[in-house]
Amino acid sequence: MRRGGAWAWGFVAPALLLIGFYLAYPTVQTIYLSFMDRRSEHFVGLSNYVRLLTSTAMLTAFRNNLLWLVVFTAGTVGLGLLMAVLTDRVRYEAAAKALIFLPMAISFVGAGVIWKFMYAYQPPGVPQIGLANQVMVMLGQQPRGWLVERPWVNNLALIAVGVWIWTGFAMVVLSAAYKAIPKELLEAARVDGATEWQVFWRISLPVIQSTVAVVATTMIINVLKVFDIVYVMTNGNFGTEVMANRMYKEMFEYQDFGRASAIAVILFLAIVPIMLANIRRFRRQEATR
Amino acid sequence: MAERRHPGRLGLRALVWVTLAALFVAMVGAQALAARTVTMLGTWGGQELEAFRKVLEPFEKETGIRVEFTGTRDLPAVLTTRVQAGNPPDLAALPNPGQMREFAREGHLVDLSKALDVKVLRQQYAPVWLDLGSYDGKLYAIFMSADLKSLVWYSPKAFAAKGYAVPKTWDEMMALSDRIVKDGGTPWAIGLESGAASGWPGTDWIEDIMLRTAGPEVYDKWVAHQIPWTDPAVRRAWETFGKIALNPKYVYGGPTGELTTNFGDSVNALFTSPPRAYMHRQATFIQSFILKANPGLKAGTDYDFFALPPIDPKWGTPALGAADMVGMFKDSPEARMVIQYLASPKAQERWVAALGKLSANKAVSMNAYPDPLTRKAAKILVDAQVFRFDGSDLMPAAVGSGSFWTGILDYVGGEDLDSVLEKIERSAEEAYR
Repeated sequence: MRRGGAWAWGFVAPALLLIGFYLAYPTVQTIYLSFMDRRSEHFVGLSNYVRLLTSTAMLTAFRNNLLWLVVFTAGTVGLGLLMAVLTDRVRYEAAAKALIFLPMAISFVGAGVIWKFMYAYQPPGVPQIGLANQVMVMLGQQPRGWLVERPWVNNLALIAVGVWIWTGFAMVVLSAAYKAIPKELLEAARVDGATEWQVFWRISLPVIQSTVAVVATTMIINVLKVFDIVYVMTNGNFGTEVMANRMYKEMFEYQDFGRASAIAVILFLAIVPIMLANIRRFRRQEATR
Repeated sequence: MAERRHPGRLGLRALVWVTLAALFVAMVGAQALAARTVTMLGTWGGQELEAFRKVLEPFEKETGIRVEFTGTRDLPAVLTTRVQAGNPPDLAALPNPGQMREFAREGHLVDLSKALDVKVLRQQYAPVWLDLGSYDGKLYAIFMSADLKSLVWYSPKAFAAKGYAVPKTWDEMMALSDRIVKDGGTPWAIGLESGAASGWPGTDWIEDIMLRTAGPEVYDKWVAHQIPWTDPAVRRAWETFGKIALNPKYVYGGPTGELTTNFGDSVNALFTSPPRAYMHRQATFIQSFILKANPGLKAGTDYDFFALPPIDPKWGTPALGAADMVGMFKDSPEARMVIQYLASPKAQERWVAALGKLSANKAVSMNAYPDPLTRKAAKILVDAQVFRFDGSDLMPAAVGSGSFWTGILDYVGGEDLDSVLEKIERSAEEAYR
């Protein structure tokens, strides 16, 4: 038995070494650097954290990350669910799903560039080159500066790009769960006189709720790390800053290693509880199986 | 024992030796080859990169040294990462003097007086250029070319059609702006969008106005953060800029248009028919943008520039500029030869001829400039009584390309000037320590 234990460690060792080298060491190093000054020479205690938590740029970033969290998660999960249900019984289901899933194939940077064109602004009276403003003009409205109108229009315009990319993913996962619902269950409800609306809210949704939760937490973890879209489209200007973009700026533009590390640690701490919740739910699910 | 040795063994051993020897020769050969290659990092791409290759052509042919150039728009990030990782390029086109000083302070740059003849440099470059390339008394970077920023571009044809005259003073310029508005036109085209670098075109405005309202000494103090951003002199410069930039009648597209229009596109409003705007303040390099979008235009008749006029007669018409610097991170005889070549008038004549940039080197012949307009700008640069380097490039990055850039966008976006200046001041207090 003992020998078996030693053997087991032998097999696990390479994996542990790899994890230690690629995960544990950088994490510890980042936490260490977050207590040092900009050049990582002197210990400065909590001052990086204090300054971050009181700077206007970071407060804007926190607010925006929260906004992303709520709107993006609700948008992707809500639309994904809607698409999953609506496409379920149409003849061209495969084609419709492929179309909605297509943006997943585009990189964030690519999507940012594409949508920058979508939101392009030309002064009134000149032909619009951006689709969003052309639509506005056709509706008899003035064109708007979608990406510079603060604080809600531009943030929502950016979140829309994220939703555009991720809805397909949410739809595919939710659709699989939806299809796995036993048809007899739904039939029985209908025979008993339930409306489609009631069937959905009382039967379908409760059955797939664990999948919804998984998709939602995946989205939340995704969105806390949002960077590319913001970097490409506004670089955090006009009050659209997010934490990851601020981290990039502090690190690569201002060369303040201390503060960049502190932001990384804050991001890490923000994601941990969601990860834990996810793990706990998985465990519960396994136990009931 | 000897009999038991398999004859094949000997062959195997020989094979191992031969292979090892071959590997050794290959390694030495690769080393020798690698030494003949000089790596260089810079921001140039497209037209600029083509021009740079043209500059290097005769050098590479003559010496057999190959310059391996990598271009990136994200230069500060890439360069910092490579330097930190202990893998810097041999040479780099440095983004600005501020960053150069940071690298010099940390001991990453090679003192160029080892590679270059300082006596010759003193003959060829004005002291201001050598000072800008120095840190702590040592020369760390040379200037390959310069851009003159204090220019207002216009279309002589459009001006003539309306009977507008080139303004000689700031007041005349504002009066002309009013007249254009009265005639139903829009006087200015401004574009502040520049991807991740958005806002910088506005900082040039502020710097030019600072030089004209407060003079070079106050300008230097401001750049060195010896006066706060809330100082009346700084405030006044922003307000003067705001009188143009915040006036929706003055600027094509109004503030929203300024914030969403790319700096390189905005100038083209001057060349539509009828013109959507009449004046555009921008550096010499904008010429290549004008010609790219409107290939048929002729310098001097279809487009031209005048010096941004003086505001306070006491300070005259100072010149604001920026420049491309080259520094050495790894010393080698080959890298020295490349930098010697790049500092020479011969290389710089090829560079300015291909790009329409200006040279900071006095030995570069005026005939090297491809057109009369660039020659005119070169003359303004050489003759300027007062020359100052782009202030935002001299400030620490957290201010110069951080809060100053965003400050411009916030101000044009409608934020209160006091709160904008206080925000920049707060970041400056941290960054200058």
